[in-house]
Amino acid sequence: MSRTTGSRGVGTTAGPSGQAPAGSGNGQARALRVEGVWKSFGATPVLRGIDLELAEHDVVCLIGASGSGKSTLLRCINLLEPLDSGRVFLEGEEITAPTADVNRVRRRIGIVFQSFNLFPHMSVLANVTLAPCKVLGMSQREAGERAVGLLDRFGLADKRDDFPDRLSGGQQQRVAIVRALAMEPDLLLLDEITSALDPELVAEVLNVIRELARGGMTMLIATHEMGFARDIATRVCFLDAGVILEQGPAAEIFSRPREARTQQFLQRIVEAGRL
Amino acid sequence: MSGSLAGGPLGSGDLLSLRASGPPRSGRRYDRSAFRSTLVAFGSTIVFFGLIGWVVVHAPNWPEVQRSFLDGAVWAQSVPDIVPAFLVNVQLFCIAEVLILVLALVLAVLRSLPGPVLFPLRLLATVYADVFRAVPGVLIIYLLGFGIPGLQIAGIPTDPFVYAVIALTLVYSAYVSEVYRAGIQSVHPSQEAAARSLGLTQFQALRYVVLPQAVRRVIPPLLNDFIGLQKDTVLVSYIGVIEIFRQSQIDQQAAFNYTPYLVTALVFLVITIPLARLVDVMIARDRRRFLAGTR
Repeated sequence: MSRTTGSRGVGTTAGPSGQAPAGSGNGQARALRVEGVWKSFGATPVLRGIDLELAEHDVVCLIGASGSGKSTLLRCINLLEPLDSGRVFLEGEEITAPTADVNRVRRRIGIVFQSFNLFPHMSVLANVTLAPCKVLGMSQREAGERAVGLLDRFGLADKRDDFPDRLSGGQQQRVAIVRALAMEPDLLLLDEITSALDPELVAEVLNVIRELARGGMTMLIATHEMGFARDIATRVCFLDAGVILEQGPAAEIFSRPREARTQQFLQRIVEAGRL
Repeated sequence: MSGSLAGGPLGSGDLLSLRASGPPRSGRRYDRSAFRSTLVAFGSTIVFFGLIGWVVVHAPNWPEVQRSFLDGAVWAQSVPDIVPAFLVNVQLFCIAEVLILVLALVLAVLRSLPGPVLFPLRLLATVYADVFRAVPGVLIIYLLGFGIPGLQIAGIPTDPFVYAVIALTLVYSAYVSEVYRAGIQSVHPSQEAAARSLGLTQFQALRYVVLPQAVRRVIPPLLNDFIGLQKDTVLVSYIGVIEIFRQSQIDQQAAFNYTPYLVTALVFLVITIPLARLVDVMIARDRRRFLAGTR
C-alpha cells in the first residue's frame, strides 16, 4: 500500500524521487488532504467544513443526494472553484496557497466530467494530445504515441480520427478519461461520469475505472452507482448538506450505516432498485 | 379524408393533411403530392411577380422611367467604365476585411478578459465599440478623410484610399467585435473548465478551445457583415475615391441617364448573392457537428 515513490508527504524528509520511510504519517503517503473547506455560492452554503484524506492508491467514493456538494468538492480540489476558506494539499504541498501555480497544480490532477466536455472541433487524437503538447511541451509525435497507446488500451484505437459527435456517450466518456490520463495525473477526480449515459453504456465506462483502480490510480469519485462504489471503493464518504457525515469501508457504510441520514439515503437507493 | 382536400387549386392542404392524418402513405402517392406542390409554387410565383410587373409597366409614367433607367445605349457605354471601377471596391473591402477580422478579434478578446486588473482594457474595448457603432459610418469617413490630411503633417498619406480603408476598418471592427464576442460567450463554460482542468493557461484555453469554436459558429454573421462592408464601400466616394458608385455618378451626369446606377446595382447583386448562398451552405454543414458536440 505504501509505495510512496515521488511522494512529498507531510512529515517525510524524502526527496522528490526518494523512497519515503514506510512509517511516515499514518503509515501511508497522503496523496490528498482537504482541510476545513467551506464554499458558498452567493448566500447558499454548499460545503460546510470538509475534511478528507486520500492515501496513494486510495479509491474514495463520494455518495450523497444531488446538491450535497459532491461536484463542488471535486471542483474545489481542482481549483476550478475558489475556496471561501480551508486548505487543500496535494502530496503534502498546499495547492490553495496564494503562491501556488494553478496551472502546474492542474497538470497533476485529472478530472472527468459528467457531460464529457470533449472539444467538439477536434478529433479524438487531438483531444487527447492537446494538453500534453501545449502544457507538457511534448512533441506531436511523442504525445501521439502516448495517446494511441492509451486509446488502444481502452478499446478506442479505431476512433482516433473521429470527431466526438461520431461517438456514443460511452465512447466519448472513455475518450475524456483517456484525455485526463494522458497528463499522467497523480490524482483523478471523477464527477458522476456515468450519470449522463444510457444505461447500457454505463458498464464500459465503469470497467475502465475498475482497471485504473487495479493499476493503483488514486481516485476520488462522486457517484450514484452504489453497486460500483461498493465494489471499487477503499472508502466511502457520505456527504450530506455540505459535510461528510459518515465515512468508512464500503461494506460498513452500505450494510451498517450509523447515521440516520445515511440510513435514509441508502433506504431510498434500495427502494429505487439501485443497490 | 385527405383525398377530398387534395383537389383544390391551391392544393397545399394535401401536404398538411398528409402529415396530420394517421396511416402511412405509399411513396408514389407522396411523390405525386410533392410534384403538385412544386407546380403550385411555380405557378404562384409567376402570378405574383407577373402581377407586380404588370403594375409597374402600366404605371402612368413608365415610358419615361424606362428611358431613364433602362437605356440600352447608355448601358453599353457605362459597363466598361463601371466594372473596372468596381476593382477599387474589391481592393477596399478585401484589405479592410483582413484588418477588421484581426482588430475585431483583439477587441473581442480584450472585452472577454476576466479580473479587476484588466478593467482598463475592457473599458477601452467597450468604449471603442460604443463610439464606433454610435457615429454614422459616413461621418467617420468624412472626419478621417478630410480631417487627418487637413492636419498637413509631413509624411502622412494624402491618398483618400488609405483613409477609406482606415475608416471602414474602424467602423466595422466595432460591429464585428460584437459578433466575435457573442461567439465567445456562446461556447459553454464547461469547455473552458475542461481545458483549464488539463493545465492549459487562460490564454491557451482561449486560443485552442474557445476561439476555434467561437469563430466557426459566427462565420455566417461574419459573412453577413462582410456583405455589409462590400456595400458600404460606396460611402468612400464622398472623400474622393473613384470607385464604382462615384464612377456611375460620373457616367450618369455625362449621359443624363440613370442606367449606370442599375449597372452598379447588378454588379453588387452578382457579387453578393453567391456569398449569401455560401453562408447557407456553411451553416448547414457546421450545424450538425456543433449541435452534437456541445450537449
